[in-house]
Amino acid sequence: MTIDLTKAKLTEMFRKMLEIRLFEEKVFELYGQNLVPGTIHLYAGEEAVAVGVCSALTKNDYITSTHRGHGHCIAKGADLKRTMAEILGKRTGYCKGKGGSMHIADFSIGMLGATAVVGAGLPIAVGAGLSAKLRKTDQVTACFFGEGASNQGTFHESLNLASAWKLPVIFVCENNLYAMGTKQSLVMTIKNIADRAAGYGISGLTIDGNDVLVVYDCTRTAVERARKGEGPTLIECKTYRHKGHSRVDSAKYRPKEEVEEWLRKDPIKHFKEKLLQTKTATDAEIGQIESQVADKIEEAVKFAKESPYPAPEEALEDVYAEEG
Amino acid sequence: MRKITFKEALREALKEEMRRDPTVFLLGEDIGRYWGGAFKVTEGLAAEFGDERVRDTPISESAIVGTAVGAAMTGMRPVAEIMFGDLTALAMDQIANQAAKIRYMFGGQVSAPLVIRTPFGAGVNIASHHSQSLEAWFMHVPGLQVAVPSTAYDAKGLLKTAVRGSNPVFFCEHKLLYPLVGEVPEEEYVVPFGVADVKREGADVTVVATSYMVHKTLNAAKELEKEGVSVEVVDPRTLVPLDKEKIVKSVKKTGRVVVVTEDCKTAGVSAEIAAVVAEEALDYLDAPVKRVAEPDTPIPFSPTLEQHVIPDEKAIIKAVEAVV
Repeated sequence: MTIDLTKAKLTEMFRKMLEIRLFEEKVFELYGQNLVPGTIHLYAGEEAVAVGVCSALTKNDYITSTHRGHGHCIAKGADLKRTMAEILGKRTGYCKGKGGSMHIADFSIGMLGATAVVGAGLPIAVGAGLSAKLRKTDQVTACFFGEGASNQGTFHESLNLASAWKLPVIFVCENNLYAMGTKQSLVMTIKNIADRAAGYGISGLTIDGNDVLVVYDCTRTAVERARKGEGPTLIECKTYRHKGHSRVDSAKYRPKEEVEEWLRKDPIKHFKEKLLQTKTATDAEIGQIESQVADKIEEAVKFAKESPYPAPEEALEDVYAEEG
Repeated sequence: MRKITFKEALREALKEEMRRDPTVFLLGEDIGRYWGGAFKVTEGLAAEFGDERVRDTPISESAIVGTAVGAAMTGMRPVAEIMFGDLTALAMDQIANQAAKIRYMFGGQVSAPLVIRTPFGAGVNIASHHSQSLEAWFMHVPGLQVAVPSTAYDAKGLLKTAVRGSNPVFFCEHKLLYPLVGEVPEEEYVVPFGVADVKREGADVTVVATSYMVHKTLNAAKELEKEGVSVEVVDPRTLVPLDKEKIVKSVKKTGRVVVVTEDCKTAGVSAEIAAVVAEEALDYLDAPVKRVAEPDTPIPFSPTLEQHVIPDEKAIIKAVEAVV
């Protein structure tokens, strides 16, 4: 692994991971206070994937996201206030309250939106990749999806097409071992999703998705290949969600020992230790980041809480673009 | 005026729009230089515009539409061909959940200016998987526009409008229309969406007919004229948006209405148009609304069976006679 990153870059990655974690903890708390309508799918535990991948992208690069998408948004640079406001169903949210937790998008930073149909983001990512190729830009698209989505037909269609057309797409499989409550081994005989890459003639890697530097490093290589016109890569990141599938799920189907083992492998704890051990950051510096992030989350919550709900009749807007 | 076929009119529209706008590109199965489309609509276009802009795809309908969605969201104007209307079922998530909804659920941040062209309709003995008329499916999904041209003139003008527009368009081409010849001017024109066309003026009864049924209705109107019945034929040209005003205006004039469509009767296009008339012009009706439509069967193979279920001139005449 190449660790040639600057202190600024490394601490920024830590900050982003922490933003996601504290944001998700806050969303969980607000849900308990009945301030979040509907449901939530928390990203806590998987931060190293989103941050590792997005840290290897530029602002102009694209990502597509999933129902478990808060982390992707934040990692790509979305505004916490507007993200939180959207989750609370407020007028000031990214989607003016029309999307909610499962459909956040910010086109100004290349975040092409979260789709809540499992596997539906893959062909859209292929389209963004084709678009970049046809427009002759060097934009890369990173497509996030879970191991459950790799059983959808869209996975097959998309990886094949991206391979056939050598598109600049990075397929990032967040393998958190469970598709809702279904353990991977119940529905697949392979262990590693990345093995499927061979079927499309593309490069596939299975990596530690809880090590942000490993994720960053592998993504950077995939980005370089993509920008050079060498086509797509499938990166499978083994990771784990700390909470259940959604807010109502207490995840009793997961053995206690397994949960404990993965909690020991907490990506943020792991990275913090590494920053301290390598003397990249001091305790004081880490402490400062932690308090800054906590403040930022509080600001986001305040903004979201104080924001108005959309006017009911706004439900009728934005169905069609006006022609003109 | 110059006369060309419906198919040539479509090809001209694509060619002119591709010359005008470099972001327009085509993708679909067998649409490229080797085949030119199953019905040859795109024949010759690869030779002019190259394989990058006239792209042969694998047999992957979800990926075809999803790729179009992703490309449309990022600055391109894709025109996807699905080889037969029936096969849109394979791409339904990308059409109905993604293309149709991304503008709305992302709060109007983005448009998806894509066109999905597809041949549909019965009459050539290719049975249940290549013959249905499914326009009603797409009318039922807010966010999509649905065009159903009946003449070469309308086909060219509507397709140009579709390509230039900002919304996803489902563009239905009845396969029996492809060889029909019609007047199409050499000079530039477009046909706006949401503007019905009175294909024949009459005084006694309004027949609202779509796509290939417009021609059968015009034949029937000629026969009925011999009996002294004056039929007004209104062709909506687009089902979404639907020119309710012109339909209602004609019904108010004649006081009688028959709706003729090739799709299944239950919850079909004819049901929607009949409901519009009932809601907005009931007091003007001198007879109950009549519908002529497919009798809720899959399309059978054998010519005797197929002809039995496709609405014909005899059925239209009978329906008109019942209301006058």
